[in-house]
Amino acid sequence: MRAFTYERAETPQQAAMAAASTDHARFIAGGTNLLDLMKIEVETPAHLVDVNGLGLDTIENTDDGGLRVGALVRNTDLAADPRVRRDYGVLSRALVAGASGQLRNKATTGGNLLQRTRCPYFYDTNMPCNKRRPGTGCAALEGFSRQLAIIGGSEHCIATHPSDMAVAMRLLDAEVETVLPNGNTRAIPIADFHRLPGDTPQIDSALIPGEFITAVTLPRPLGGKHFYHKVRDRASYAFALVSVAAVIQPDGGGRVALGGVAPKPWRREDADAALPRGAKAVMARLLDGAEPTHENRFKVNLAERTLAAVLAEAKE
Amino acid sequence: MRFDKPAGRNPADRGTVLGQPLPRIDGPLKTTGTAPYAYERHDVASGQLVGYPVGAAIAKGRIRSMDTRAAKAAPGVVAVITTLDMDRLPKARMNVAYLFGGRDIQHYHQAIAVVVADTFERARAAAALIRTDYDEDKSTSFDLAEQRRAHQDDEVEPMAKVGDFHRAFAEAPVQLDQTYTTPGQSHAQMEPHASIAEWKDGALTLWSANQMIEWSKQALAKAFDLPAEKVRLDSPYIGGGFGAKLFLRADAVLAAVAARETGRPVKVALPRPLIANNATHRGLTIQRIRIGTDRDGRITAIGHDNTTNTLPGGDGENGAAPTRHFYAGANRLLVHRPLEMHLPESNAMRAPGETAGLMALEVAMDEMAEKLNMDPVAFRVLNDTQVDPDNPERPFSERHFVECLERGAERFGWNERNRKPGARREGQWLIGHGVAGAYRGAPVQASGARVRLKPDGTVRVDTDMTDIGTGSYTIIAQTAAEMLGVPLDAVDVGLGDSDAPASAGSGGQWGAASSTAGVYAACVALRNTIAERLDADPEDLSFADGQVRHGDRRTPLTEVGGGEELVAEDKIEFGDFRSKEYLLATFGAHFVEVGVHAATGEIRVRRMLAVCDAGRILNPVTARSQVIGAMTMGVGAALMEELAVDTRYGFFANHDLAGYEVPVHADIPEQEVIFLEGEDPYSTPLKAKGVGELGICGVSAAVANAVHNATGVRVRDYPVTLDKLLDGLPEVV
Ligand SMILES: Cc1cc2nc3c(=O)[nH]c(=O)nc-3n(C[C@H](O)[C@H](O)[C@H](O)COP(=O)(O)OP(=O)(O)OC[C@H]3O[C@@H](n4cnc5c(N)ncnc54)[C@H](O)[C@@H]3O)c2cc1C
Ligand code: SF4
Repeated sequence: MRAFTYERAETPQQAAMAAASTDHARFIAGGTNLLDLMKIEVETPAHLVDVNGLGLDTIENTDDGGLRVGALVRNTDLAADPRVRRDYGVLSRALVAGASGQLRNKATTGGNLLQRTRCPYFYDTNMPCNKRRPGTGCAALEGFSRQLAIIGGSEHCIATHPSDMAVAMRLLDAEVETVLPNGNTRAIPIADFHRLPGDTPQIDSALIPGEFITAVTLPRPLGGKHFYHKVRDRASYAFALVSVAAVIQPDGGGRVALGGVAPKPWRREDADAALPRGAKAVMARLLDGAEPTHENRFKVNLAERTLAAVLAEAKE
Repeated sequence: MRFDKPAGRNPADRGTVLGQPLPRIDGPLKTTGTAPYAYERHDVASGQLVGYPVGAAIAKGRIRSMDTRAAKAAPGVVAVITTLDMDRLPKARMNVAYLFGGRDIQHYHQAIAVVVADTFERARAAAALIRTDYDEDKSTSFDLAEQRRAHQDDEVEPMAKVGDFHRAFAEAPVQLDQTYTTPGQSHAQMEPHASIAEWKDGALTLWSANQMIEWSKQALAKAFDLPAEKVRLDSPYIGGGFGAKLFLRADAVLAAVAARETGRPVKVALPRPLIANNATHRGLTIQRIRIGTDRDGRITAIGHDNTTNTLPGGDGENGAAPTRHFYAGANRLLVHRPLEMHLPESNAMRAPGETAGLMALEVAMDEMAEKLNMDPVAFRVLNDTQVDPDNPERPFSERHFVECLERGAERFGWNERNRKPGARREGQWLIGHGVAGAYRGAPVQASGARVRLKPDGTVRVDTDMTDIGTGSYTIIAQTAAEMLGVPLDAVDVGLGDSDAPASAGSGGQWGAASSTAGVYAACVALRNTIAERLDADPEDLSFADGQVRHGDRRTPLTEVGGGEELVAEDKIEFGDFRSKEYLLATFGAHFVEVGVHAATGEIRVRRMLAVCDAGRILNPVTARSQVIGAMTMGVGAALMEELAVDTRYGFFANHDLAGYEVPVHADIPEQEVIFLEGEDPYSTPLKAKGVGELGICGVSAAVANAVHNATGVRVRDYPVTLDKLLDGLPEVV
């Protein structure tokens, strides 16, 4: 870990300004991802802006019947909130499918959205990795890629975004509210929040330097049955090989989003429309253009079969 | 004391303390966090510095140069010592890789420097500033399958050859010829390798996490060119070993080098990513198994050809090992091919040989039973042998494998299982059952101990035996309590200190049997001393309730020494009869129920049963702990554990505990363990054998066989992950 300076922010805007005015600054929330990466010098911030004192840890009703979740609401608290459990079951289930109890107690809503990939080569500073060091190449393309993306990647990076929470938020069409260093605020639709790698895989999100997440808003509840089926090699405490988030309505329509397959939560509205025709029809659109490696080709089949299991359960 | 003939009746047979289900006496220290582990021994030497190791970034080649200027100038740094500062340190026989010194790189993350600073954080930060320039040797292959093809015609001396395998196999009416693979596995023990070293007046003291005190003391003496009496090693508590800490490793060597250089005590732990690639692993295997039987299912020919990776001079993982003695069959051919590769060092991990070997053999047995249309339990029973198949003159001392299978089958409800693969379904889950046999040798090693009877009537036992979480403290205390007729809490046990008599150490599942035999020998010596004091024949004495009884006379133990401490020391040494005239081993049977999700292929173990035949069980609580822990590890090997080889760069890519998955609680269901009542008088005076490795043997195959029974899909490449099942699962709509 490199030496860094540290400050506690007083207001969201001051946090954003502080981060923008220093080179290589990072916000620190729960620290469960950032600190691990700093210890092995994958992240080497020169300045940390601690945002834990800002409040932003409540969940409020919005005027249009949705919820506004503060950026510092812990994953445990978000998953346990009675309104979330009642109206946004998919989100609650996605959260508790992630990490471990201890980690969820620390992990925050904002930090979870911005956690970085779990590509093994990203973690080993001896290895080429365009996301960690642009221009060095991608060791995963021809290497150990079982866990990595089958769609949405590029010749420069095939990392997946590891968050479970974000997959449910994408399904729900959440919006990410931010404050910019100049004091302006904006709301970014979750669909546009995470980026595809293209030729700049080092940039994970649409945020500009210093931009600070204050909240995530959930639109009014969708109703229907909520599912989050996370498939992995062990029963708990592992990142998804494939996860399926779905809301299924009584008429067979609904929405579906995938985790573990792409650099961002993966959803296509035209694939949702195929839901009444079954898993195969959905995946024909949702995974159209997939380019798996020989190690992760199985994810194409697995995604379809997992959705089929969800649809079968929805009928029960 | 020499153990030259089978044990007769002796005082340890009473079973008032020995054999009782007692909780671990070190339990309170562990659960309150007060057992001192190597890295936390702040009190043993003052002025400790922290060393942080640097691992090589290539798998093979030479270091051209290292730039340490920035590291040396970094805050808090006291010294930077690189591998270029010294010649290769001599290595002991048991080590395969060189640990430090010189320009040559043998494997990825080989230690190339240690940065010493006043705090851990500063040492780590400075370590990242070292720049190393390599001449990388790109000519070697890191792909075991490719290497095996290149070497398939090599002439190898078989490890066992009986009868005419090729003819018998060709003539067998029922044949199986299959190839299985097992991946590299990491010990992934909770406590990393860690040591604190201090030099004083030319003598070296090492507080370390080490399973084998005497071996490692000798290895340190050799590395640093010291007489052995100038080396002290102390390792009272060890947070898991599984073979990872059998030998001296880089943490110890770097700490010693750094302490010598700085003139201050230095501590070094291996960071988690270095544990996979700097330390040892269970080697990868490719195993071809051929079995031929007659029409009734009697094995007539059995062949096991094992290929594994090793650095030059090592032996890798010998999967053919268990096949040598497990099943009958007049014609046998066993071959072991360790191929030199520059992956990290493959070496012993819990039940080396047997674990990987039985992962393959016990699936082959299942496949063979299927071909014969026989019940897999019955097929194994039919092929039991009571003599060494290599040498029918040599009987097993005790072998109750059939009883393990039959008791287990009954208890598990084996006969109610569904016989047709893929035919039992509960909702979205396919249910399957599997069985496998377990075989592991029962080796022993000479082992010494010193026993003191204090004037207050309490007893102190000292031996350099280690407790790696296994329960050694407890069974040693039980042995002394039984032999001297005192309550368990009157016995104080000191372990892991090389100043104490050398013991067998913890390895090869010989620790429990050997070390308790050593304590038995020392207690017999103390009983003799006491008899002398009482002017009595030791045979006439009995020890109970803190008293010595001699006819009608009762002398409290507090009085026999006349106010002085009585001390006796001895060691047990084992005669040849134990291995030459008899074959000693432990046996077991594992039964497993799994559910496999019919759509996703997710596998969940639902029920496990192990039946073990391992001589006298010294403590059913600690023995059960060993077996359920081993069963858990077997589930890991079956379903998830795999060191992912990057065949371009020559390293294990998933080198942390997020990438290398071991079972979590949610993966492990109810586990039941049955120990057959029994004693093996041919083994030790206590008639005991080991169980710590037996528990892992065969488990993974039982899981794999259950998955096959559930789905009809036979996976021959471990781990059995869902991607290997998907194509064979029922269609989904
Ligand atoms: C062993 C392990 C297993 C895990 N398993 C899973 C899993 O199965 N599923 C899963 O989804 N996750 C998993 N996680 C990841 C975990 O969910 C994340 O580490 C956590 O959500 C990050 O939240 P945090 O508050 O600790 O973020 P931090 O580590 O504090 O921050 C992460 C990043 O977000 C930035 N950031 C934080 N807050 C803000 C904000 N308000 N505005 C702008 N930027 C911000 C930080 O600067 C930093 O770059 C696992 C983590 C570990 C260590
Ligand atoms: S996939 Fe992305 S994160 Fe992984 S090595 Fe390639 S560039 Fe780096």
